[in-house]
Amino acid sequence: MLLVPACAAALLALLPLGYLAVRALERGPAHAWDIVSDERTRDLLARSLGLTAVVVAASLLLGVSLAWLTVRTALPGARAWAVLATLPLAVPSYVTAFAWLSAAPGLAGFGGAALAMTLVSFPYVLLPVTAALRGLDPAQEEAARSLGHGPLRTFVRVTLPQLRPAAGGGALLVALYTLSDFGAVSLMRYDTFTLAIHTSYRASFDRTPAAALSVVLVVMTIALVAAEARTRGRAGHARTGKGTARPAAPLALGRWRPPALLWCAAVTAVAVVFPLAVLGYWLAVGNSATWDLGGLAETAWATLGVAAAGAGLTTLLALPVGVIAARYRGRGARLLEQAAYAGHALPGITVALALVFFAVRYAYPLYQRLPLLICAYAVLFLPVAVAATRAAVLQAPPVLDDVARSLGRRPWQVLREITVPLAAPGVAAGAALTFVVCMKELPATLLLRPTGMDTLATRLWTETGTGSFAAAAPYAAALILLAAVPSYLLGRHRR
Amino acid sequence: MRRLPVRRITALAAAGLLLPALAACGSDDSGAGAENAEDKDSTLVIYSGRNEKLVKPLLGELEKAVGTKVEVRYGDSAELAAQILEEGRRTKAGLFFSQDAGALGALSKEGVLRKLPPATLDKVDKAYRGSDGDWVGLSGRVRVLAYNPDKVREDKLPDSVLDVVKPEWKDKVGFAPTNASFQAFVTGMRVLEGDDATRTWLKGLKANGAKAYANNLAVLDAVESGEASLGLVNHYYWYERVAEKGEDKVAAQLHFLPGKDPGALINVAGAGILEDTGQGEAAQKALDFLLSKRAQTYFADETKEYPLAAGVTSSVKDLPPFASLESPDIDLGRLESLQQTLTMLQEQGLV
Repeated sequence: MLLVPACAAALLALLPLGYLAVRALERGPAHAWDIVSDERTRDLLARSLGLTAVVVAASLLLGVSLAWLTVRTALPGARAWAVLATLPLAVPSYVTAFAWLSAAPGLAGFGGAALAMTLVSFPYVLLPVTAALRGLDPAQEEAARSLGHGPLRTFVRVTLPQLRPAAGGGALLVALYTLSDFGAVSLMRYDTFTLAIHTSYRASFDRTPAAALSVVLVVMTIALVAAEARTRGRAGHARTGKGTARPAAPLALGRWRPPALLWCAAVTAVAVVFPLAVLGYWLAVGNSATWDLGGLAETAWATLGVAAAGAGLTTLLALPVGVIAARYRGRGARLLEQAAYAGHALPGITVALALVFFAVRYAYPLYQRLPLLICAYAVLFLPVAVAATRAAVLQAPPVLDDVARSLGRRPWQVLREITVPLAAPGVAAGAALTFVVCMKELPATLLLRPTGMDTLATRLWTETGTGSFAAAAPYAAALILLAAVPSYLLGRHRR
Repeated sequence: MRRLPVRRITALAAAGLLLPALAACGSDDSGAGAENAEDKDSTLVIYSGRNEKLVKPLLGELEKAVGTKVEVRYGDSAELAAQILEEGRRTKAGLFFSQDAGALGALSKEGVLRKLPPATLDKVDKAYRGSDGDWVGLSGRVRVLAYNPDKVREDKLPDSVLDVVKPEWKDKVGFAPTNASFQAFVTGMRVLEGDDATRTWLKGLKANGAKAYANNLAVLDAVESGEASLGLVNHYYWYERVAEKGEDKVAAQLHFLPGKDPGALINVAGAGILEDTGQGEAAQKALDFLLSKRAQTYFADETKEYPLAAGVTSSVKDLPPFASLESPDIDLGRLESLQQTLTMLQEQGLV
């Protein structure tokens, strides 16, 4: 029953791969192989993987620690910290990189690239882990405590294993985002695999090498997704209770309160306050600021609209895939989930060209119109929503589905009345995440937007393109502030 | 745990991958130009690789001059060129307005640009138009050395870009190896000085500790902060910086290289008309407008570039007259051997 929509979603996500096959093999497999087997390709791949490993590790540390502190402890201002910590997601990676470089030029290189990428991507771990923590049944931890485990041991042995699907899904997204990023690494002058792809488009105007190299990224992605699936193991993650979450009693921090606060403040300062301060500096020293508030509001409104539509469609498509990935085992379910992820490490420009290719041939009336742009967001960000949905569904006890079926509910009724309501907080977190990343998407938006339409990200690109940083600042600031809206609403919903 | 029917999914996935590929193989000839006939409403669509901030006012005037509705899509020149090639004969673009000659050359090579009438071509010096007669340059920019006067005295500046690999410039030079203008300059150097000399120069540049930056603006910033003493950039970036910060706040100065030096290469922004779009007439009018005195004056005054047609000369203060520039004699069409340049840059580990 879920299979048909799930397959449709997976096929949509696979579209870019079909395009890559066409372009990569255009001049014969031998030519493609020459490009891929080049020594420099291997070099760049190793550099990309090194960066990815460091960014994933750092994002896990930041994401899990902040999520735990804000959800499970009596941290003062927990909710404000939680909202603040999600904001970096809305900062385009090149803005973060540029901000750091202008303050500390010496950062360029591996360290700077790792820093910039970690700061923009740790919310990918934070949001799902926060949702998972909220959905956890505290009874297990209470049992562990009553059996003599201390808070730390309880966290490591009971809580952490239950967070694994959420944290693993988030880490996978961080890895794929790092692999696909071009903006931050190019500014930080750390050559990665995407550089080779961009050089192919920008310098030699040749789409064949770009496609051949992109295929390598797809293979890497599938390997990463498979590796993540392996770490999942077979443990159950659902509550055993009656299916309604009861908030856990917040843990008193005691003498750990100052360091915990300091940690939250430090991360917020580095990831949110610092970029905002740099925007302020741009405004202060530049002459190009125009304060066209009407234009800014109009652009912000248009951005909200397409991002909301993009997040809506993506979440809808992700639902069946996420449910199947959580509820079924076996090769079929794995394949479906992998299909959703396959193109996620591709640079945005490659996906955008793939969609141009298909739209011009098979959906010409929709080409350069809004529905196609929204579909593009779904193709690009399906995995973001799938990861959240899957982690959320895993927490809902499957036995409730079975009970509902045994009481005569049809499968879609079970989905609507049992599975989705139970998974709702996690699904909503996924939708919020998707919304924010849609807002800042640039390459596909540039190629597929209706002629004359602007989003905050395209305006930011236009202004920075001529070095008008003061004029760019309000758009970047608006992106960051708007990203606060969904995370704020999410926090309120849970109270 | 339940299981899904593996075979069915495998088959579906395979179909998903193969179908579009098969369909695409068969569709190369299906997009005949006639299909665009339905779009023949009187709208001219311009794909502009030039930044909206730079050319929007001009394109507003262009709309009046052409007399039909004009829609402009802004993007990156290379990406728009790739988009036009993916669109094939069904492209929405009537006119492609490119930031550099390279993107126009790529379209020309694929044969999607229409041959221009001699009257249009002849408005621009032969050196600044496509060798197949299917695009023209509209405005020029020159490669220069930006320098920080606190670090280098004016009389100590090198006379040739070839000299920046000398020991006195060790760890003092900034450049942007992935930037299209830098690569065009290296290609020009290969044409002028030969591959061996260019390879030696690139090797020397690296050995001399020259610092690679992401783009021209980053190079200029490095010169501004003193991180680099010399920077290899295009002239107009400096004027943009002055417009943003005010002239007294910009420390860096420009040095125009004399004696037909390869480091003084002139590159152009230009435009070409797409074949078979049903917009040919309007596109031709638009192109004529861009070559007119009014548009050329705009490039001189607003984008601080060198006008290439209609006898307009630059009015920008402190900008040396176009005629006084001692640029190398080079056929921009010969800059197409970019692939070899890239290979060379890669061999030297610069990109």
